[in-house]
Amino acid sequence: MEKIFQKLSFSSATLVFIILLGIFITLFNAARPAINEFGLHFIVDPVWNKEVPLTTPTAKTSTVQASTTDDNIAVNPDDFSEDDGMGMDEDEDSVPTKTVYGGLVPLVGTIFSTLIALAFAMPIAMGIAIFLAEIAPKNISSLVGGAIELLAAIPSIIFGMWGLYYFAPIVADLFGGFQVSLLTAGLVLGVMILPFMAAITRDSMNTTPDILKESAYALGATKFEVIKDIIFPFSKTGIIGSIILSLGRALGETMAVAFLIGSIFELPHKVTDPTITIPVALANNFGEASGVGMSSLFYLALILFVMSFGVISFAKFYFLRKVN
Amino acid sequence: MTLMSIKKFSFTYPGADEPSLKNITLPIEKNKITALIGPSGCGKSTLLRSMNRIHDLYPGNKYDGKIELFNETSKKYENILDIKKENEFIELRQKVGMIFQKPTPFPMSIFDNVAYGLKIAGIKNKSELQDRVENALKGSALWKEVHDRLGKSAMGLSGGQQQRLCIARAVAVKPELLLFDEPTSALDPISTGAIEELLVELKKDITIAIVTHNMQQASRISDYTAFMYLGDLVEYDKTENIFLNPKEKQTEDYITGRFG
Repeated sequence: MEKIFQKLSFSSATLVFIILLGIFITLFNAARPAINEFGLHFIVDPVWNKEVPLTTPTAKTSTVQASTTDDNIAVNPDDFSEDDGMGMDEDEDSVPTKTVYGGLVPLVGTIFSTLIALAFAMPIAMGIAIFLAEIAPKNISSLVGGAIELLAAIPSIIFGMWGLYYFAPIVADLFGGFQVSLLTAGLVLGVMILPFMAAITRDSMNTTPDILKESAYALGATKFEVIKDIIFPFSKTGIIGSIILSLGRALGETMAVAFLIGSIFELPHKVTDPTITIPVALANNFGEASGVGMSSLFYLALILFVMSFGVISFAKFYFLRKVN
Repeated sequence: MTLMSIKKFSFTYPGADEPSLKNITLPIEKNKITALIGPSGCGKSTLLRSMNRIHDLYPGNKYDGKIELFNETSKKYENILDIKKENEFIELRQKVGMIFQKPTPFPMSIFDNVAYGLKIAGIKNKSELQDRVENALKGSALWKEVHDRLGKSAMGLSGGQQQRLCIARAVAVKPELLLFDEPTSALDPISTGAIEELLVELKKDITIAIVTHNMQQASRISDYTAFMYLGDLVEYDKTENIFLNPKEKQTEDYITGRFG
């Protein structure tokens, strides 16, 4: 009985690793054709689903001489036959072409929308947390705290709809440019991560011992000085943790961003330009994709997986190191 | 002379029906150590925490009576219960410092810990800060142990050293009265001895009020002792009278260990 129980709990624990590893392997396998085809150049290539003419061997050598970083170098006869086999380029009769996929646009969109969200949410979340933990009387603190937790419970699609119909016109009025844009998506994303950041920051501020605060007050410190010199340094790890966890959430958010970012594969020149993020690119394109296109989507998914995995494990190790 | 004079003082916590302190009248003599003793829940910490109004960090307390603090400049007694503005509170707490049950080093270096009270009081001059930190650490018998690692985090010190650091931090702002709330309850006997010696040394410059559960401690270091029970001040007298010749039956029972 004891043995069965041990084995059962052990296998439950192992399951997590198996799932994690399984996802990684599946993603990697599915992305492999794209990785073979585009390599790391995928990350810096702003072109998505574009047909480029395959140059003749003589012309190809000349391009190689001209610029060694051109993506045409990666093209070899094997790739050509593979592309051809999919039947995508059949109707292009005269010049043989191939379709090129690059991940730069969604990658840039993801990173910048997340950064805008963080820049927007961080000061407000800190303000909320300080108010709840230190300034507000108990009953108001629990009331506002409850509202914050409710905000966290709103499904992301509702944020998307609200953002599109009410928030986007306001943003466009204020900053000009398009209603659906990097800025709109980033700001709504900021509103979405706000409750997480505020709640975790408040909780870690609440762990500051009363006696420590009282010691500072007993030296003649003001409330502001106690917050700045005692509470912030004391809850530093928790605050950084809250930022990183919100970052992880912002990176993967799909639905609300899909409503607001415009979903076009174009590098934004201004923050008010529409663009696309990795999760949105995945959600919008899986239906029609096949072949290398499908594989490229998996490549994007793999990049996102590694990014959020990296962010979360950084947070985890940061905490572990601090605890020890 | 009397530095602080508590007159007919009553205190009620928010939401409580009964006052926790009833009609307390007690002088705190200048440059003496006054010990507050009594069983748990008798209100001695509550009384101590009223003396610099640290209670007011939490709203809803009710005060009655007077707590008068002698003002050195105007040579008059001022009722600290009249204080309402934040800058007056700051002034009061710079005059009346406090040390807690547990050491409370701030999450910063040893130097910054001691300099903290000075910095927030507006002293920016580096050499003055340095002098006053050094003097405070010397006054707290900590200088020899920490002078070569002032820049290191205060968290690395032992419990006893941390408590002496907190005393140095409080002493650095040159208070008139220092309140000690069971300062040695979390420390081993050797550290406790060091702190007791320090208190006796400190009373030359600073008046001290100390809450203690340890009656030997009260008899060793204090000049005056107040025995409290259930929110009442039962007896206040010179320490030797309280311990050798108590007037009240309750006091005698407590110090001889028959209850408490």
